[in-house]
Amino acid sequence: MGTISVRDLGKAYKQYPTRSARLAEWLIPFSPPRHAQKWVLQGLNFEVKPGEAIGIIGMNGAGKSTLLKMITGTTEPTTGSVNVTGRIAALLELGMGFHPDFTGRQNAIMAGQLLGLSADDMRSLMPEIEAFAEIGDYIDQPVRVYSSGMQMRLAFSVATARRPDILIVDEALSVGDNYFQHKSFDRIRAYNKLGTTLLIVSHDKGAVQGICDRAILLSGGSIAMQGSPETVMDYYNAMIAERDPANVQQVLGQDGNVQTISGTGEARVIKATLCDEDGKPVEVVKVGQSLQIQVEVEAFADLPELVFGYQIKDRLGQPVFGTNTFHTKQLLQDLRTGQRVRYVLRFLANLGEGSYSISFALHDAENHLAKSYEWRDRAIVFNVVIVGKDHFVGLAWLPSSIEVQRD
Amino acid sequence: MGILKTFWGFRGFILGSVQREFQANYKNSLLGAAWTVIRPLVMIIVYTVVFSQIMRSKLPGVESEFAYSIYLCAGVLTWSFFSEAVTRGQNVFIENANLLKKINFPRMCLPIIALTNALVNFLIIFALFTVFLLVTGAFPGKIFLALIPVLAIQVLLSAGLGLTLGVLNVFFRDVGQLSAIVLQFWFWATPIVYPINILPPFFQQLLSHNPMTHLMAAYQQILVNGQRPDWMSLWPITLIAVVLCITGARLFSKHAGEMVDEL
Repeated sequence: MGTISVRDLGKAYKQYPTRSARLAEWLIPFSPPRHAQKWVLQGLNFEVKPGEAIGIIGMNGAGKSTLLKMITGTTEPTTGSVNVTGRIAALLELGMGFHPDFTGRQNAIMAGQLLGLSADDMRSLMPEIEAFAEIGDYIDQPVRVYSSGMQMRLAFSVATARRPDILIVDEALSVGDNYFQHKSFDRIRAYNKLGTTLLIVSHDKGAVQGICDRAILLSGGSIAMQGSPETVMDYYNAMIAERDPANVQQVLGQDGNVQTISGTGEARVIKATLCDEDGKPVEVVKVGQSLQIQVEVEAFADLPELVFGYQIKDRLGQPVFGTNTFHTKQLLQDLRTGQRVRYVLRFLANLGEGSYSISFALHDAENHLAKSYEWRDRAIVFNVVIVGKDHFVGLAWLPSSIEVQRD
Repeated sequence: MGILKTFWGFRGFILGSVQREFQANYKNSLLGAAWTVIRPLVMIIVYTVVFSQIMRSKLPGVESEFAYSIYLCAGVLTWSFFSEAVTRGQNVFIENANLLKKINFPRMCLPIIALTNALVNFLIIFALFTVFLLVTGAFPGKIFLALIPVLAIQVLLSAGLGLTLGVLNVFFRDVGQLSAIVLQFWFWATPIVYPINILPPFFQQLLSHNPMTHLMAAYQQILVNGQRPDWMSLWPITLIAVVLCITGARLFSKHAGEMVDEL
């Protein structure tokens, strides 16, 4: 129970050149196929043993969702096979099938029935579901008055009311508040310990490294790599960094981090890479890690004066730290068109866990308000994870110690 | 056998969904389930007034004050059931696209839920109509039971047609649009509002090729005249119903997987 075996799995969507082509293919006997096949996944092979925790990573469009759909059985493979033993619960569909006009309790029973449990089962599980969701009297209110977090709580509680043999976890889980996120992850971990196989899909590298025994990297519809989460993550980072800046911008855009670029364009940042101290590109950063940002600037006009500034912001856009070459007295003068300048910024990532972005500014004088050549928001986005340090909260890492004396 | 077992396992879901869909329609209205009755009632009143009073049309050979109303109800109520079942069936996969894409459950549950819902609505209205028959003394007696096989044929037909159109509609959305028009046209091409013998012989001949004509005639024969329907005339439509059911089931099993990709 709880094994997944994927053999030579492939999925292609049919693409018909015209709407009538499908009709022709259906109706004309012995007609040749009139569709092109668009392969989204090809030649996948892997085995998951009971109780294993697997992370599936990859950029948007790499085929992660399609793979999950085939494992849960909603979509049929075009080639190969998926063999699953045991009951699957997928947290992809949290709140799916909830009807807004019915109470939480009614919806919970329906949702359970959709998962194949009987109404009696659900009634006996109900007290436990209520206790886990902690939504109080709202359980007997229509779901339309719920906040999205409350819906999520109820849906998670229903989906995991019985320990499944295989649990598929998607980003959907990041909806609830921190308290519930922790509570739900505790339950997921506890189920895992009891033998439930986990399949976690995430862009959140922290989650993958924190829970998984193994990671599978999907890229362009096939398995680019599988192995320990650390190695796969490193490879993934390099894969992202390898791309030229234009593509990286696109990647950021898909994460919802749209770069905002403004200014006269008389000088531009043409390349910017976040690297570790050896100059290797990174995207996930350990707390306290020594980092450098390599920036290349080109002048597209003759400039009397050039100041370069950068700013690290947290995920809410609050500046954490920023400075520029005016303050550090490294201002450059009299640049000619086409001249390039390389800046290397070195700093320690004394930051708390979370996502951060770096913005660049090119201007004359003390700040960009007088004349701005370029202002580039969210040029680099990176994640900080706690590795090798005790857990802490907050935006900053302050090396500290606690002295305890017991009488 | 396996498939029946699956449905049995999901009976809670099927019954729950039927109940829920029924309640959902009326949950936030003051009159509640009364709306199930009000709509067809108004339609019948309109037809009765327009055709029976204004047009002064009478049913040949039947002398009863309510004869035309009963004739009308026999056709309109059953036709509404047919058209509701077909319309729901053809939209059922599209409406539940999200569910189909995200959750693995027996997909055949969905058309069953749709059909059962239409059946429940019909039975409520028809029960009221039966009460009306009893009150006005127009109840046809034991022959009333002959409605059961006729209804069974209709349910089979609706299921087959609804499922066939439902699968096709996923791939060719024209089907949904077209069938609404065809149903409208079909309604008027079937003697429901008017009796067939007011038509010129040529059209009478033409309409006798419409299989629904015989089905509706069976209802009218039982409810208006209190006589056994012409069972032999129902063979073609029964055959069509069976063929449609097989077609629908084959289309479904062949394209169910592809359907999810298309939604």
